This record gives sequence, structure tokens and C-alpha cells, in this order.
Amino acid sequence: MTTNEHLTRIVIVGNGMVGHHFVEQLIQQSNEVYGKNQFHITVLSAEPRLAYDRVHLSEYFSGKTADELSLTSAEHYQELGVDFQVNARVDQIDKQAKMVTIESGAVFEYDKLILATGSFPFVPPIPGNDQPHCLVYRTIEDLEAISASAKVSKVGVVVGGGLLGLEAANALKEAGLKTHVVEFAPQLMAVQVDVSGGRVLKDKIEELGVEVHTQKATQSIEAGENSRYKMVFADGEILETDMILFSAGIRPQDKLAREFGIVIGERGGIVVNDHCLTSDPDIYAIGECALWNNFIFGLVAPGYTMARAAASNIVGGDVVFEGADMSTKLKLMGVEVGSIGDAHAREHGAQTYTYEDQVAGVYKKIVINAETNKLTGAVLVGDTGDYDTLLQYALNEIDLPEFPESLILPSFGDAAPTLGADALPETAMICSCHNVTKGDIIASLDGGACDLAEIKSCTKASTGCGGCAALLKSVTDSELEKRGVEVKKDICEHFAYSRQELYHMVQIGQIKTFDELLSKHGSGIGCEVCKPAAASILASIWNDFVLEKPHVTLQDTNDTYLANMQKNGTYSVVPRIAGGEITPDKLIVLGQVAKKYNLYTKVTGGQRIDLFGARVEQLPLIWEELIEAGFETGHAYAKSLRTVKSCVGSTWCRYGVQDSVGQAIDLENRYKGLRSPHKLKFAVSGCTRECAEAQSKDIGVIATENGWNLYVCGNGGMKPRHADLFATDLDTETLVKYIDRVLMFYVRTADRLQRTSVWMENMEGGLDYLKDVVINDSLGLGAELEQQMQHVVDTYQCEWKTAVTSEQSRKRFRQFVNSEKSDANIIFVEERDQIRPATEIEIDQILGVKKPVKAAATSINIVEVE
Amino acid sequence: MSENWINVCTSSDLVDNSGICALVNDEQIALFKICQGEEQFIYAVSNWDPIGKANVLYRGLVGSIMDEHFVASPLYKQRFKLSSGECVDDDSVKITVYPARITDQQVQLQIVS
Repeated sequence: MTTNEHLTRIVIVGNGMVGHHFVEQLIQQSNEVYGKNQFHITVLSAEPRLAYDRVHLSEYFSGKTADELSLTSAEHYQELGVDFQVNARVDQIDKQAKMVTIESGAVFEYDKLILATGSFPFVPPIPGNDQPHCLVYRTIEDLEAISASAKVSKVGVVVGGGLLGLEAANALKEAGLKTHVVEFAPQLMAVQVDVSGGRVLKDKIEELGVEVHTQKATQSIEAGENSRYKMVFADGEILETDMILFSAGIRPQDKLAREFGIVIGERGGIVVNDHCLTSDPDIYAIGECALWNNFIFGLVAPGYTMARAAASNIVGGDVVFEGADMSTKLKLMGVEVGSIGDAHAREHGAQTYTYEDQVAGVYKKIVINAETNKLTGAVLVGDTGDYDTLLQYALNEIDLPEFPESLILPSFGDAAPTLGADALPETAMICSCHNVTKGDIIASLDGGACDLAEIKSCTKASTGCGGCAALLKSVTDSELEKRGVEVKKDICEHFAYSRQELYHMVQIGQIKTFDELLSKHGSGIGCEVCKPAAASILASIWNDFVLEKPHVTLQDTNDTYLANMQKNGTYSVVPRIAGGEITPDKLIVLGQVAKKYNLYTKVTGGQRIDLFGARVEQLPLIWEELIEAGFETGHAYAKSLRTVKSCVGSTWCRYGVQDSVGQAIDLENRYKGLRSPHKLKFAVSGCTRECAEAQSKDIGVIATENGWNLYVCGNGGMKPRHADLFATDLDTETLVKYIDRVLMFYVRTADRLQRTSVWMENMEGGLDYLKDVVINDSLGLGAELEQQMQHVVDTYQCEWKTAVTSEQSRKRFRQFVNSEKSDANIIFVEERDQIRPATEIEIDQILGVKKPVKAAATSINIVEVE
Repeated sequence: MSENWINVCTSSDLVDNSGICALVNDEQIALFKICQGEEQFIYAVSNWDPIGKANVLYRGLVGSIMDEHFVASPLYKQRFKLSSGECVDDDSVKITVYPARITDQQVQLQIVS
């Protein structure tokens, strides 16, 4: 290996989430301390791929690909200057020579070695546990094996009723298997939840059709009679199953350290101190393989903190690992479960309050200290709405209210006593995944961030598990208010309302014009902000012709002239080419029209053809010809659906599994003309190769063998955002229903000029909330949203067709009211055989204005103005 | 300065709360009519957008800021006060304004000759 002599050599064994976080931390901290990366970093991964998100592993079954789960890529590591090898299992450490050897024999020297080897699933020593359909649940390869096994199985058993076990059970259930959970303990999730909570959890999970067997010790796995296997329990009972998934806890992967003389705990785990240093002064251990204070931390957040501590120690910083809060909140098969601190009330003198609602299946318990003034633990099953508040009480040792039970009792009418963001100290941890405190949020506001989206992007808060989204928003809002940034959503000085409020006023008050809206709810004459916003709202709800008298003066110039203004005041014309499919005849017409009016032509990113350089008075003439040939407006000028990009799909492509072109055309024709807060772009890909790049669109559709996967709220452009997987394997009817609802909900609730990506980033509750609204119809709005969309679809008109046939509208398309002349300042020159606007210097030259010529233009051909 | 008022177009050519453009002695003049309650205001300004450098101002949206009427450039959205020609968003630029009135259904301008 050649390494740069000046750099400290760091070798990291293991590239799981924690190992990867260490790489990022070390580089970041090095940049902070030294102003550059002072380290030569080598990552050795035993797995065949680089780090991926194991926390969301189960989403692999709901359609996420390995790529989507990945946390980094070869390119990313190359950019960071990090060397890496996959399939590189380390099997020797030479502490004296300071080098490690991988199975292939390659040797890597280190100055500091980081063991981030993680853990392995514990498989109970049951005879017959090594048969082909006896599997574990930890890596993507494991999931591939489970997936393959599920395809040839009808019944599945998960051994282990802990957090991971229930997640695995969900995966089997989703795969269509009759699912059982077998647990040795008398209850589910024995670590996080108390006995009563475990009982409620069991009831809820059984309601979902998963059979739970507690207090069962498996004695052997034998050949089955009706199924592939038969599990024999200690009590003599048997359970037939086709596959078995072991999820009976994890064990630290400490084999390597053990073999090469690093101190190991009595029950396993590499012993580390507060700096995550092992017994060897140049070897660190972090994550699930490390034993700190005789404790293994099986969650990602403490692992991240260890990574930070180790990196800090290497760069000479002072971050240490001092244990971690193991509180968790999660949703298992749709059942909410939360656990905080001393959940089992084991501390001396602990007392509890309990609330149970058997009808709804809700169980809540809080644990308080002997002095009855602090919260020390909590268990929540069925409803974790109080989790954030309770956690803050526990973590920040906030004094309990007079009646602590009020924290978990349901409220009727009166607002529940929530803990205001103001009550939190600056040290309060808001996002434990990314270690963001309230103080960090304040610092980023001081540093110039001014809304939630910016805080998320600069602190990364709420971008991990997302559990802190609501808390983050309330802290942000309260801090913004404190600094006088009234979190004011007034759209402009003429309306003291947000766009969403205006929307409701228009809809509920049946307001049909801007003048009516202004006289009822506003003041003055309006402006360039509120007028287009109102025009968009009016169009979304009533869908009247935008150039009708009451609406025409509200439109931005592009909407007024139904074309896109370019820098010299001319326009570009974009006819609709739905799905990017066009006949040769129509293609010829586009060419002929462009030639006749001498327009510059260019293919757009949305698979259509843009004709540039049309003067305002030419627009109706051009459109008469286009309409005659069967074209209609492309709405490129409007905040509305632009295009539905498609790949060629199963009709032609060897790999396509559905007709993506047909679907794209249908979707484009359905949603064309929908005025929305900002432009909308769709794409439909015919297979998972994703040639249409649907995941960078507001609405992305990707064909599967069973139907369509729907992605929402992606964006390309300035601030790219990967779309979120919203639902999988939909039939076309359901797909359209969901898109109707998502889009109309966006139209109703987004801010003005807010793209769907930012809308999603700012949405309280995020993707889960949107799914709830759209899929589960949690607001009861579904039918109304669909109906409203149907109205827009039914009232569609080609705006250009209406415009060219209306005398009144055509009058607007003239440069001068009192002359037939054209704007003499619009001058084109030729470049690459087409026109382009002349530059300022060229115009001066051409018009004969005597000004110093800075750069002599070569051979300018003036293009005759008709 | 001559006191001559020139007929430019008829009042029916004007569009409520919007702009049109007239060619007067080869100068492009943007004309705006703003209706506020019972009152009507007629403004005439140069059609040349000094920032976007194109003859487009008549195609901008009109509005009010602190009760002063403005047109926002359709190119880069800078607002120009219709009564003074000052740019709200950029002190360094200003557009020419012309006295304008309606007499006997005729829109008239006073242009310095």
C-alpha cells in the first residue's frame, strides 16, 4: 500500500452505520481542527457493499432498493479521499507492527485502528437450526435470502419477540405469509416494555393477524408434516412452519479482538473507556461491538456518539462517551410503542402512574423518582403522542407538574399540558440521531438560517429517524418568535393571511374573483405577490379561463401571454407532447412553424420541443397553426403540470415490465391544466432501471411486476431531493386516486411558490402524516380531494384554443396599441445556423450607436425582422 | 418646455389594472390604468426596463406598496413607482415618467420636445 507519509493512517474495520459515521466525523473534525483532512483513511468492509441504513432495513420489503438504503457510495468515498475495500474481512491484527491482514492476505498498516465490527444475530443452540430455511435478519443479503425463502413458503415463524423480531414479523406478514412470533419470555419487547404494556402490545399485534406465542422454549426443529418444518417446544406443543427467522438478540462481534489479545468483557464485547479506547492505546472500538461500563448499546444513536468521541480523541478534542439514553419510540406493524428510561420502575423508591384504555388498546405508564418530583421512565403502547414531552421531562430533569398523571391522561376539550419548547434548556437533545441540541438550533438561527427547512439542512436535525420532527418544529417556531421574526405567514401587505388561509376563504366563501377577495379580506389594490397567488387559487378551485377579464390582470407575464418570456422580451412556445410521444407528422409541423417564424428550436429536459424568439404579436399566429395541426398548450408558462417524462417501457424495451409511455400519457392528460402553488413535474419509468428518473420528480411512478410504485415530493434542479417511496404495487386506479389526493392536498396546504419537496420537508409528521391523510384518509378528506381533482379534469380547456378565438384576448397580443410596427430593439444574430438574441454590444453595433466596443463580434449576420 | 398634449390612443384601448404600450415619436411608452374604488389613475412611463434591458414594462403586473402604485418588471421583478419612476428595489435606476391624462376619450401625453 502506498500511503502519504505526512498523514496519520487510520484503518476502520467494518463499514456499518457507525463505522461510516466515524469516517464522516473524523473528516469533519479534522477540517475543523486542522482546516483540512489530516488523515489517510482506509475502510475495510466484510460485507459486499458499503454502509447502508440498517435501521430502515425492513423497507427493503416495501420496495426500497439496496441503493436507496445506502448511506454512501464508492464515488462519495473517492471524493472524500477515503480508500475502501468491500468483501474484505480482517482476520489478523498485529498490534506490535500495527497492521491488519484481510482474508485475501493483503496487509494494511495503521497508526490508529478502529474496530466497528458491529454485532451478529444470536441463534439459539437448537438442534436443526442450521437448515436452509432457517435464517437471520441483519444484512441486505439476509433480506435477499428471506425474500427468496418467502416466495416458496406459506407459513413463517420469527423466533424472538423483541423490537427487531416484531419488525421481521411485519416483513413476513407483508410478504403474504401466515406469521407467528415465538418468544421465550412471558411477554413481547421485554427490554423496553413492562408486563402490562407487553400484554396490550400482544393483543394489538394479534389483531393484525400475527399469532404470538409467549413462554415458549424451542427444543428442536424437525421435518414437518404439512409444512417444511415442525418446531417442538419444551411444553410438548408443536408449530408447523415453512421458514424460521431468528431474531433472538444480538451479540457483539468481538472475535477478532478476542483472538488478538484485546480485553473482552465477561459476557462478550470489547471493553472501552470514555474515549472508546480499548486496552490497546492505538485501537478504538465503537458501536455494537464495544462494551462501555459493562453495557452494549444496540441502538444507532449511541453508536454515533461513540464514533464522535473516538474521532474527537484522535484529533485531540474533548468529546467523550458518557453512556446514552436508550429511550425509543417506534411503530411496529402500525402499533406505536415508546419506552423511556427506567421503564420497569426498577430504581429504588420508584413509583408509577398507569392509564389503560382497553377499548382503544392504549397503555401508558410513567415512572417517577422517590422524591416524586422528576420523571425517570415511561412506557407507551398504542399511542406515543406524549413521548416527546415525557422524554424531555426525563432527559432534562424538569420538575413534574402538580399532577404528574395529567401528562398521560387523555384530555377532553382542554389542551393537554404539553411542555413548551421554551421550557427546555439549551442542552436539551432534540435530535439524538444527529446529536442536535436546542443550543445547536439556536446557533444555526444566529448563523442565518431562517426556517425549518434551512435548520434541517444545516444541522441535519430530524433527517435520521425523523422522530423529533414535531419537537424540532416547535423549538424552531418558538425561537423564531423570540427573535421577533414573527412566524408570520402573511402573504403580502394586502392580505394578513397565509396562502392556505386564502385558499380556504376562496373555497368556503365561494369567492370567484380577486376583486371580491380583496374587498372582503384585503386592502389596497394588490401586488405582484398576492395577485398571481390568488389567480392560482381561483384556478385550482374554479378553473375558469385565466385570460377572462377578472383574472387576466392577475397573471404573471408568462401566464398573461401563455408563453415564456426570454431575456430580450420575446417568448418561447412549448406545445404539449404528452409523455414525450410524437408522430413524425407533428414533428414536421413543429419544424415548419419554427422555420416560417424563424424560431430557435431546442429539445427540453421534459421531452418536448421549445420554440424561441417569438415576438408577442406573433404568438396567436403561431398558435393558430399549431392548433390546426392538433397541438395544444403545454403550460410551460404556468405554475401547473409541466410534463410527464417517460422511458419507452414494455412496448419496446427488453427490460420494461409495464407500458410506461401509455401511463405517462394518461397521467399527463389527466393533470394537465391543474394550477398549483408551483410547477409540477412527473415521470414514469417502465422498470426498476428508472430511465425516466422518476425519483427526482414531484410525482414519480416506477413500474413493478405487480403494478406501480409511487414516489412523491422529489426534486431535481437547485436543491435536489430524492422522492419518498409512498406506496407499492398499486393498480392504475389506486395510483390515480393517490395522486389525486396528494396533489390536491398539496394545492390546498402549500405556501405560495413552494415546491412539493419543500412542502414535504416542512410538513409536521412528514411522509407518515401524508400517507395517513392519503392512504388511510385520516382527515376524512379523500373523497373531497378526488372530487375537486375531477372538477379540474372535467373543466380542462386548451387555453390557447380559447385565446385565439376570443377577440378580447387577442387584443392583448400586440406590442403597440397605435402602430403595427415591431419592437425595433429585438434583434437576432445567427449562431450554429439558428437565431439567438444579439448581445448589448452587438445591438449597439447594429443600430449604429457609437459606444466603445469591448469585444469585437465576429461576422454578425443580422436577421431580418419581418 | 412645450405645453402640448399629444393624443396617443383612445381610452377604450386602456385595460383596467394593467398596461398597454404606445409608440410615440419612436419612443415606446407604457400606459397604465389603475382603478382603486371609485378613483382612476392614468400613468405613462418609458417601456424600457433599465435592468432587464428590454422593452417590456407594459407587460408587468401593477400593484401598490404603502399606497403607492408600481409596476413590477416582468423580467426580474424589480418594482418601479408609476408616479416618480423610482425603483423600489434598486436606488441606482429610474425610469422616465410622462404626464398623462384622458380628455374626450383620448389618452394624452405631454412629451418634452
